[in-house]
Amino acid sequence: MTGYIVRRILWIIPVLWAVVTITFFLMHAVPGGPFTQDQPLPEGVLDALNRRYNLDEPLWKQYLLYLWNILHGDLGLSFRGDRDVSELIGQGFFVTAQLGLLAFFFAAIVGMALGVISALNHNGPADYAGVFFATAGGSVPSFVLATFLIIIFAINLRWFDILGWGGPIEWGDTFKASAWDLNKMVLPVISLGVLPAAYIARVTRASMLEVLNQDYVRTARAKGLRERMVVLRHAIKNAMIPVLTLMGPIFATLVTGSFIIENIFAIPGVGRAFVDAVLRRDYAMIMGSTLFFAAVVAVANLIVDLLYAVVDPRIRYGRS
Amino acid sequence: MKAEPQLGKLVDGEFLERGLWSDAFRRLIRNRLAMAGLVVLVLVAIIATAASFIDPVERYDPYRDQDYGHIQEGPSGSHFFGTDNLGRDNWSRVLEGVGISLQIGIGTQIVVLVIGLTVGATAALGGRLGDNVLMRFTDVAYAFPDLLFIILMRAVLSGRDWPIIGEPKLQIIFAISFVSWTTIARLVRGQMLSLKERDFVLAARAMGATPARIVFQHMLPNSLGPVVVAVIFGIPLAIFAEAALGFIGFGLPPPTASLGRLVSDGYNFIQVNTWVVVFPAAAIALLMLCFTFLGDGLRDALDPRFR
Repeated sequence: MTGYIVRRILWIIPVLWAVVTITFFLMHAVPGGPFTQDQPLPEGVLDALNRRYNLDEPLWKQYLLYLWNILHGDLGLSFRGDRDVSELIGQGFFVTAQLGLLAFFFAAIVGMALGVISALNHNGPADYAGVFFATAGGSVPSFVLATFLIIIFAINLRWFDILGWGGPIEWGDTFKASAWDLNKMVLPVISLGVLPAAYIARVTRASMLEVLNQDYVRTARAKGLRERMVVLRHAIKNAMIPVLTLMGPIFATLVTGSFIIENIFAIPGVGRAFVDAVLRRDYAMIMGSTLFFAAVVAVANLIVDLLYAVVDPRIRYGRS
Repeated sequence: MKAEPQLGKLVDGEFLERGLWSDAFRRLIRNRLAMAGLVVLVLVAIIATAASFIDPVERYDPYRDQDYGHIQEGPSGSHFFGTDNLGRDNWSRVLEGVGISLQIGIGTQIVVLVIGLTVGATAALGGRLGDNVLMRFTDVAYAFPDLLFIILMRAVLSGRDWPIIGEPKLQIIFAISFVSWTTIARLVRGQMLSLKERDFVLAARAMGATPARIVFQHMLPNSLGPVVVAVIFGIPLAIFAEAALGFIGFGLPPPTASLGRLVSDGYNFIQVNTWVVVFPAAAIALLMLCFTFLGDGLRDALDPRFR
């Protein structure tokens, strides 16, 4: 097990290196540079800017320099405002993580509840409603859902405010009540959470149905256990194993943010920062956010694989 | 009531043959949701195609017919879906967008299918080295958030007038395909690896069939079921990716009316006229829903164990 964990952690390094390399050369292949504009900059200014951001070196040198710098924890400077990329990502991620975590809890609770209810009422009306939600929710993109939610609840009914993020923007504000505006957080969280909720509901239902047909559930019933105990103690616990594998990728995508939801609701998160960075050819920022996303995804998948072994004793890593 | 003819029995002097596909087809036809999805898709595709050839279907030119006397209107007899901020007809613009979405959704899956089948089969049949390379590559591909890579690829390809790839629609198709092919490749690889060990392949080899015959005659057809399902499920994902690109401004250049751009343009006026957003957004949802229903039906039909 320890050997497996070590190997998995070490494997993250070449993956991140590949991500950095691919992104670096792709990004420099994007036509136009960061200082390309309609009104060309004076020669001297352009030279000075290029020197400041090491853009005057040949590409391979820039690449090696970048690798050297990230090994020392330096993600470089954003061309926008000359600010530290790690600082900008940290700021954006603080907001995105709030949104992502809330959406994740929403998805997990709603998805599992619907899945379990569907399975317990197999082929009943509640099951059909659940399956419909799982199918429809899984195929309506987040921004279409967001659009309808905004039109109905923000514009017509005026129940919720939109635009901007209701949570704290700075770390220091976390415990200030005035920094929280729950009203603004409802619609983005629902828009982001319905799709993963649908996935979770679908998998939970299938897994519950399978577990409920197992012999040990029949045994539990046969020995006279109350149905509630059978479901809670024997069925749900075992049915959650396949759901858990889904949680990793879902958690990673939610927490690394949804570009689109952040764009619609004007939420200052990392997703929005990335789109802006590509539009502005903000090289250091593109590299920094890509690397950050990839690292989060890799770590989330690793944690899920390990959790898997903890939850399901039948799985043993490291032996073949 | 006529008795169902039995499999493997002689019927009118001929063996009644019912293979995997015809069996699956019968199950698919009985699936109401999948059939509803298929019917709606065919209808929408016919209307969208007709709109680009027949004027009475399109009714207005999606770009040139600007009527400043009728801007930001709701649905009416003369403008089914209302008009936008320049007085352009939303019906014709949404139909144009639906056509683009269908082209990109299906086009992407064709590219993905070609790449995925080739790479997956090569990895499974081409020995350890090829297999290792593919698996490591998909590991890296999994580490990239999909949309992020699509945005980068799109930015790389944009504005280039290379032959063939210079066409913006193809650029988007390639940008999306580059991300999606790994799923199919892994699927094909898994299928091929398990089929390689099956008795009927061994039998074919024992009877002296050439490797090419074994692959194309015996293994490929048997591995196609899950691949077809994955391809159908890939279409709504590609439609979503295209709409998302259009929405954040990396899609087809204006004035092309792709659905994502229509939604994002409509957002500027959402306080004035919600209809501008409602119809394209509903069109995206409708397309994706129908393809998903169809995919669900196909999966159940091809693999009746999974329900």
